[in-house]
Amino acid sequence: MFSLSRKDLLALAIFTVVVLTMPVWLAPFGAAYPGLMQKFAIYAIFAIGFNILFGLTGYLSFGHAAFIGVGSYTTVWSFKLLTMDILPAMVLAVVVTGVFALVIGYFSLRRTGIYFSILTLAFAQMSYSLAYSVLTPITNGETGLLLARDDPRYLDALLGAQANVAGLPQPTLLGSSVAGYAGFYLCAVILILTFFLSQKVFASPFGMALRGIKSNQTRMNYTGFNTKPYMLAAFVISGMIAGLAGGLLSITDPLAGAERMRWTESGNVVLMTILGGVGTLFGPVIGAWLIKYFENIFSAINTNMLNTAFSFLPDGVQSFVVTVLSKFVGEGWHLTLGLMFVLIVVFLPGGLVEGFHRFMARLKRRSAAPERVSSVQPAE
Amino acid sequence: MANFRTSRRNLLKGAGAGIVALGTPHIFTRNAWANQFCNDPGSGKIVFGFNVPQTGTYAEEGLEQLKGYELAIKHINGEGDGGLLKTMKPLALKGNGVLGRKVDYVTGDTQTNTDAARDGARRMIERDGAIMVTGCVTTGEAVAQQSLCQEMGVIYMSGLTHGNDTTGKDKRRYGFRHFFNGYQSGVAIAPILAAEYGKERRAYHLTADYNWGWTQEESIKNATEALGWETVAAVRTPLGLGDYSQYLTPVLNSGADLLILNHYGHDMVNSLPQAVQFGLRERQANGKNFEIVVPMFSELMAVGAGDAVKGIIGTQNWNWQLDDEGSKTFTKSYGEAYGAPPSQSAHTGYVQAILYADAVERAGTFYPPEVIKALEGFEFDGMGNGQTLYRDTDHQCFKEVLVVRGNESPSSRFDVLNVIGKTPREEVIYDPSIFGGELGPYEPNQC
Repeated sequence: MFSLSRKDLLALAIFTVVVLTMPVWLAPFGAAYPGLMQKFAIYAIFAIGFNILFGLTGYLSFGHAAFIGVGSYTTVWSFKLLTMDILPAMVLAVVVTGVFALVIGYFSLRRTGIYFSILTLAFAQMSYSLAYSVLTPITNGETGLLLARDDPRYLDALLGAQANVAGLPQPTLLGSSVAGYAGFYLCAVILILTFFLSQKVFASPFGMALRGIKSNQTRMNYTGFNTKPYMLAAFVISGMIAGLAGGLLSITDPLAGAERMRWTESGNVVLMTILGGVGTLFGPVIGAWLIKYFENIFSAINTNMLNTAFSFLPDGVQSFVVTVLSKFVGEGWHLTLGLMFVLIVVFLPGGLVEGFHRFMARLKRRSAAPERVSSVQPAE
Repeated sequence: MANFRTSRRNLLKGAGAGIVALGTPHIFTRNAWANQFCNDPGSGKIVFGFNVPQTGTYAEEGLEQLKGYELAIKHINGEGDGGLLKTMKPLALKGNGVLGRKVDYVTGDTQTNTDAARDGARRMIERDGAIMVTGCVTTGEAVAQQSLCQEMGVIYMSGLTHGNDTTGKDKRRYGFRHFFNGYQSGVAIAPILAAEYGKERRAYHLTADYNWGWTQEESIKNATEALGWETVAAVRTPLGLGDYSQYLTPVLNSGADLLILNHYGHDMVNSLPQAVQFGLRERQANGKNFEIVVPMFSELMAVGAGDAVKGIIGTQNWNWQLDDEGSKTFTKSYGEAYGAPPSQSAHTGYVQAILYADAVERAGTFYPPEVIKALEGFEFDGMGNGQTLYRDTDHQCFKEVLVVRGNESPSSRFDVLNVIGKTPREEVIYDPSIFGGELGPYEPNQC
């Protein structure tokens, strides 16, 4: 059940090392602080989940942010009503999102292609509006759902485990805090498990059936293969992983806001997957990291920082360089991201993973080429 | 071969010396330990974090606010003309930074989104070592950041947030608000409305369907009903709607003679011109001229709404046309720096940064509980809003509230709102317990 092919095992090992050493290799990029690394791990989980649906079946869901939102709200309510321990919270987030995904999937999957995308988008926008205003007693609307000191927390009260802290209680894993680096390692471990799950799905007959649906669903149906349960299963798994990501967002930062469910967030995960490489194992993860990096680091660069960075240049040149570059950082980070997206879609339709493969192929050819040249030379 | 055996006497001597040696640093540093807190600048850089929307719905107001902050840093560090440091009373800042050290800053983009706002604030606190975070344009951003900052033990000075929750239901010990709120708008605008439009009006509310809209609707309703007005209906409109005609048509036949738009930003920029184009203001109802009121105004919204804003009454936190010393000084130094008069968003950001720096100077330390105590109950003047109090029970500022009217004949792009009345501070003070909520502890967490 847990066996992997040698190639997958190697990939998993590399992935594990890369994820766990994030605090080291992200430091030179100015991104090695727990807040952002947690986001890196969580959005990678989200993108991996999305890729199981979009990458394998080709069904483009434009409403995946709704699942993140449901997971987040469930987690915060579990903190408020049951216990500050994160295990029940995570289980509940996954289960509730699964049920929610089942309902949405049941209706949306009756259509394919663009109609499916629009249906999921409609459901997500509906959930967003509900969370933003109609369901305010449950979601606390625009302000976002927050913990309070006098929340009931029935399970904690029952077990007499009510924390006697002066401020707000913090989420814990079996009594130990999950703030800061502990929170990052928690998310990192879950990310690695999710990656393993996605490898298993990719390699399984189930994954093969999903790929079959992507290449020609009609033909599958004609051969007597009922594709519906497969589609629904893929949709629900994908939704549950998104719910888990939403739950982790609330665990590392106990607040749930309706903005998490906006269509821009759904669009973001599509961008992440396409940027990295649809249908590949590493692609969505790389895409998620890249977008989160731009969002958090590029947007924080201001002209002040540019001026210090380019202070070695002569005055006129410096102000010119800073003026030009300042359009692409800070408030202009969307522009940079957009440009990069266009370039990648035009020149590398398979995403960054394809770029990497091409690069490796070229390297191989180059290292192979001199031999041929040397073998040809004597003949001349 | 060396003899390593020690006599009992030597052993005791050594042990005694060891205990003293171990104890000494503890005795000397005990105070330091007690005062250790998140991002203690020690001898390192002093960093303020400016987290405002630079993209998204309220980007314009956010960028204005950022300009205000950057100007404040200049003035705190003794560059430029000193701005409000010349007029603020009492003043502890000396124009040489804070506690004699220059202040640095980092910026972030909240994207008008609570998640991004918290990400930005965490980056400032965890990576950049910010000792204080400030800035926002919506109540959602304010509440999200201030609860995060409470958990991290870093003071948060909110920017433009008008919802009652920031210093009401969701108030925090580490969060402070200089801006006024929906409740104060209602109380302030009521007497002016009575004077302008009489005491027998039938009001119809269109309200943006989210937290801020509801709290404002409730506040305005209570204030106007106390005048003797009747509320015909209060209809909720979805956020970000482009076309309000379906909500405006029922107003015509409702028997109302006054429309109150509880909208902000883009909502108001769309709904007000549409209401005016609908011919509402030319109508007669119940033998009176039909009127429109927008309780919460900003200059940027007024510019966006164009001609429709002429003659419309609303409230503001501050306006650059005020003629007190503080307002004139601030308008002058902002104008010299950026070539345009400041908006209330820039003003509140500027004032918040100065107030924090001044509180640190008075407390003599960056230790947050001391700074909080220096801000709580602080009375000051000369910042453009007259005599102002930072109330200790909910961290809300109390000062005059301006009632403004859209300028009928603007002389410039910036001359869109005229101040027609000031409601004194005593009248907008309320009992903090009406909103509930609790501030939480002084003691900072470790981040």
